[in-house]
Amino acid sequence: MEYIIIIISAIFVNNILLSQFLGCCPFLGVSNKLSTAVGMSGAVCFVITLATLVTYLLQYYVLVPLHIEFMQTISFILVIAALVQMVEIVLKKVSPSLYQALGIFLPLITTNCAVLGVALIVVTKEFTFGGEPHMLNLAESIVYAFATSVGFGVAMVLFAGLREQLALNKVPKAFQGIPIALITASILALAFMGFSGLV
Amino acid sequence: MAVQSSFKNMVLCLLVICFVSSALLAVVYAVTKAPIEAAAAAKTNNAIAQVVPEFDGTPELSQINVAGTDYTYYKVSKDGAVAGYAIMAAATGFSGPVSLMVGITADGIIYNTSVLSQSETPGLGAKCTEPAFADQFRNFNPAEKVLKVKKDGGDVDAITASTITSRAYTNAVQIALDVYKAITTGARPDAASGASASAGGSSETDNNGGQDNE
Amino acid sequence: MSKLQLITKGLIKENPTFVLILGMCPTLATTTSAMNGMGMGFATLFVLVLSNMAISAAAPYIPDKVRIPSYIVIIAAFVTILQFIMQAYTPAMYETLGLFIPLIVVNCIVLGRAEAFANKNSVIDSACDGLGIGLGFTLALTVLGLIREIIGSGSAFGFKFISGDGILVFVLAPGAFLALGYLIVLFRKLTAKK
Repeated sequence: MEYIIIIISAIFVNNILLSQFLGCCPFLGVSNKLSTAVGMSGAVCFVITLATLVTYLLQYYVLVPLHIEFMQTISFILVIAALVQMVEIVLKKVSPSLYQALGIFLPLITTNCAVLGVALIVVTKEFTFGGEPHMLNLAESIVYAFATSVGFGVAMVLFAGLREQLALNKVPKAFQGIPIALITASILALAFMGFSGLV
Repeated sequence: MAVQSSFKNMVLCLLVICFVSSALLAVVYAVTKAPIEAAAAAKTNNAIAQVVPEFDGTPELSQINVAGTDYTYYKVSKDGAVAGYAIMAAATGFSGPVSLMVGITADGIIYNTSVLSQSETPGLGAKCTEPAFADQFRNFNPAEKVLKVKKDGGDVDAITASTITSRAYTNAVQIALDVYKAITTGARPDAASGASASAGGSSETDNNGGQDNE
Repeated sequence: MSKLQLITKGLIKENPTFVLILGMCPTLATTTSAMNGMGMGFATLFVLVLSNMAISAAAPYIPDKVRIPSYIVIIAAFVTILQFIMQAYTPAMYETLGLFIPLIVVNCIVLGRAEAFANKNSVIDSACDGLGIGLGFTLALTVLGLIREIIGSGSAFGFKFISGDGILVFVLAPGAFLALGYLIVLFRKLTAKK
């Protein structure tokens, strides 16, 4: 039950893009076409889940015991950068087809603030899923990270679909490109506000 | 521009950069450690001073276990007699915990409350920090008034469109009251009262016909 | 380009928010009020100037292939220093901006300036460039924050001049997208005439 609350909350109620504003760069940058949006979402999903697992372990088994929590930001971003590189190399060897689909997005992911954002949220924020405020344990963290990245994918795909339709219409010159995309995102965010209060 | 890359100088370069950065951080950490702790202490002391009557000396930090949870509280004294308690309590709000410092005088009246941290929506639930809502708990006598929001049959006016936040705030105050009872009686309250205090926070979803946002 | 030009070009011609459309996450998330926007702007400015200077000084010694990880480490170090300083001296602002302070590390503006400017220019020029871009970012965030605050809660820099609530949605997520979208349109219209 608790996991279901985490999943619904992370995908719909506190959607990472539309209510927390993490990962807006790819949201606006690579959402022109549905196919690239799907590819980006897949890559982000993979990296967020893996990065959260690694940074969670890093936080509680290295930084906290050694009392060097102040190295958090620097070590997290290094781990994420290294992880992305590794995923790229492994994917190239193991599954060339998957690499073809996700490969070009991987270098962009290091500076996607959704990845570092989720990793930091998991180890710093108290959650209230299922009663008392508490820090997430490992299983909850992974579920939360995965659900969050699914939420990222849902918003990306919906938005890309809207933008593909939008491309067929005549938009006033000053609105072309980013401004009309932002206004569309605003309407999408309004729709997602309807989910608030669900959990 | 940059030097040619070889395995040796790449490793060396990264090592040097990491080492220098870490050393720099350690130095800045050591320098700012005292001010950071002072800032945190000042925040707690301000919150305490805000919620209890005038006192002398320094607040006395203690912990108490009520119904399985540890609570932190500060005892303040004036002229040798206990002037009141500042109790830290939290309850589940709309988008996270609402943590309060609740001041209760020696005769069991809520002197004042102060929000330590909250992550409620700006303009809606975040209004719980404003006097219009928070001042209802000033000099609140639980013996005369019912510590519940009006919708639940109590005497607390909820924030417009933010019943869940208002309930969380009220619940946190109720928890503080239970802790206060435990402190003054020296005994643990029966399980029922502890449970009722925290039950309200977990799954509040009723939305008053779409009027409520929080 | 003169030092003054380096600073002023970041304000209008190469404004990171309105023209380059970089660093959208903090722009959208922290501009619930003018003060918050300004705080975030200055925090980014601090990191931008220092990291630009450090990277400009270190660039000749960094092998090409590891330059991005090196820059990220340098930027992360300055961000952590900023975290300490804010925690110590402006704890209230640190709490309000929260997660978005450590996230300056992955702000594309900072890495972008390092890669596009600092690694091939002198330390002084890089500092001016960081200052200009940082001020442009601060300006954009303050204006966006001010607009959202005026419409959303009827106040400016915390001073309330309309009693009661504003149009709440402007303080919430959809308002951020909407206000920024129209602000970019306005900016384009104004600069196009010149």
